[in-house]
Amino acid sequence: HISAFKSFNYKLNIMMCRDQVIRVNVKSEEQIHLLQALETAQEWEVDFWLDPVSTELPVDIRVPRFSLIPVKEHLTFHNIPFTVMIENVQELLDKEKAEMEANQMKERSTRSLNFGAYHDLNTIYSWMDTLVADYPNLITKQHIGVSYENRPMYVLKFSTGGYNRPAIWVDTGIHAREWVTQATGVWTANKIATDYGTDASLTSLLNTMDLYMLIVANPDGYVFSHTNDRMWRKTRSVNPGYACRGVDPNRNWDAGFGGPGASSYPCSDSYHGPSANSEIEVKNVVNLIQSHGNFKAFISVHSYSQLLMYPYGYVCSSANHQAELHSVGRAAAQKLTSLYGTAYQVGSICNIIYQASGGSIDWSYNSGIKYSFAFELRDTGRYGFILPADQIIPTASETWLALKHIMEYVRDHPY
Amino acid sequence: MMRLVVVLAVLMGVSGIPDVTISPPTASADTSAHPNSIPETADESEQIKARTEEGAEEDVMATGELNPNHYPARRAAQVVQHYLNTRYGSPFRLIGVQTVHSGNAEDVADSGRKYQLELSVNDIITNTTQTCSAELFFPKGKGQQPPEVKASLEELLKIDIKAQEEALYQKYKTNQTLMSAQYLPDSHGHIEPDMKPFWHLGILASSFIMLNESTENTLYNVAQVANITQLTTEEDHLEFDCHTLLHEVVSQEIIHWKMLFTWSPAEGVKVVQMKRLPHRHEREKSPKTN
Repeated sequence: HISAFKSFNYKLNIMMCRDQVIRVNVKSEEQIHLLQALETAQEWEVDFWLDPVSTELPVDIRVPRFSLIPVKEHLTFHNIPFTVMIENVQELLDKEKAEMEANQMKERSTRSLNFGAYHDLNTIYSWMDTLVADYPNLITKQHIGVSYENRPMYVLKFSTGGYNRPAIWVDTGIHAREWVTQATGVWTANKIATDYGTDASLTSLLNTMDLYMLIVANPDGYVFSHTNDRMWRKTRSVNPGYACRGVDPNRNWDAGFGGPGASSYPCSDSYHGPSANSEIEVKNVVNLIQSHGNFKAFISVHSYSQLLMYPYGYVCSSANHQAELHSVGRAAAQKLTSLYGTAYQVGSICNIIYQASGGSIDWSYNSGIKYSFAFELRDTGRYGFILPADQIIPTASETWLALKHIMEYVRDHPY
Repeated sequence: MMRLVVVLAVLMGVSGIPDVTISPPTASADTSAHPNSIPETADESEQIKARTEEGAEEDVMATGELNPNHYPARRAAQVVQHYLNTRYGSPFRLIGVQTVHSGNAEDVADSGRKYQLELSVNDIITNTTQTCSAELFFPKGKGQQPPEVKASLEELLKIDIKAQEEALYQKYKTNQTLMSAQYLPDSHGHIEPDMKPFWHLGILASSFIMLNESTENTLYNVAQVANITQLTTEEDHLEFDCHTLLHEVVSQEIIHWKMLFTWSPAEGVKVVQMKRLPHRHEREKSPKTN
């Protein structure tokens, strides 16, 4: 109940050790005036939690420890009866703080994380730890490097053993403002963890392949989209000579880098950066993929537009495996649509959305990872980036059907 | 380094009257001139240079029969959506493109490009669909000339929204305090039900701008209504000041526009004044939280 009282000092986190809150039931106008005068007595520093307004209402006063004796003497002298409501304000504050922290801790355990809500970076990172703790035989958390602002970047590795098994890569949140993607990453990681052992297809997949999930591929941008600018897209790297920060991390990969479909202007939201892999967030992923050497699929998840795309973006000519990729994509999109009727378009990036150079799946495809796909999740522009939270789980659920189809196909077509 | 493009225009959005032409911006007492004559600042010319580099490979435009799933048809369809909203939109009727069935594009001498589309459009609020044929013309040449659109709706207009419009109009004509709302929807996509008509009004007013600004190389959506504030007026309409964020998909930019517009059930939305606000980096002084 303590938070129901207005208290300026409470917000300032000033220590209130052995301060007390006393309650006065005023009996006359004269008493009201007297109490109001108390407020101006600067040397006593009393703080009214319920102001003296009328004889109908109680007056609650927080009295600092050093003023307790003079204030109580003053009230007694003027025949104003009072009772001590709170004997030690600090004690109560500590208790409440502990309660709040306990609640937050509980929320962070996997079972009670609300998957149908958007969470900040700290919450997602804490939740990752609980997921790993709950499924230690399936999931490990790997630190793959830091962001520009020195935040850790974590990948969840789903593996049932083996050594350097063929692997599937999924990243979400490379563009900060695409909040439904990080949220989908969280839901999907949880889905895989809970379905392993019960879903036959998923179980067989994880018995022969590993799955790597980078849920927050752009942590600096994600934080900035929470604290400063909901529409932030890029990284937060400094561009020398310009007030504008950030590089579009999906124009920064080494595939047609600097070509059409990316901007050379640092203030642009599609700025490709000074050179390929200049962004540490991108370099960290490239390093992992290259040193692993055995990835068979690479899937990047974005929003919005409801599209499922394959290479290329940097040129409009067909990839060598165009026909096969289109066929897999179409089947995956049909699975997605089967859940709620959400319609997706399938095609190469360059044909479906725009020519764009330096994109992640072009790089992965040219590196030899044949099954490279990019998703643009819900919706088609009504809400756009600010998709209502109540659509997170439906979006993640339908997307999972498409992801699963692609992963099963990869499992069944080793190369 | 404020770069203000002030365009004073009277844009009419009258329901039910065919072949509405959008009148070109008129000069006014304000000394800011037509956008084309505003001198380029250093960074603006950098930006234009950067875009020309991008544009180089896109010069080969899709011609003849269009693949309805590919972006040329999709972008043209979006322009039709904006047009239909300027003509038929209401706080209780918002049009969205659902599917492109077929399309055709051709060059018209040296003056521009003409599109013909068959689409399905959808009344977003009631989720009712109808088919629609549309013709578009994107003029070529220097300076930003808006596209011309010919398209009409019949089926969706049969849905009766008059009572809702009247009720909204009366409520805010006679309210004691002027309404004002920020961030519709909020960062989490939430919007109070009684604020939805104002979100829709912000989208409608923005549709005039999005229509005006569209080319074959753009695709616009309203990202968010940052602010919509009712103003006093003696006249037979409601008047609003509104700040919206537009998302341009091809460049991925968020572009801020401020508008002064009016609405009544009889007249629909009329945009009285519109102004593009400076780029984020020119405003990035203090943190702004949603």
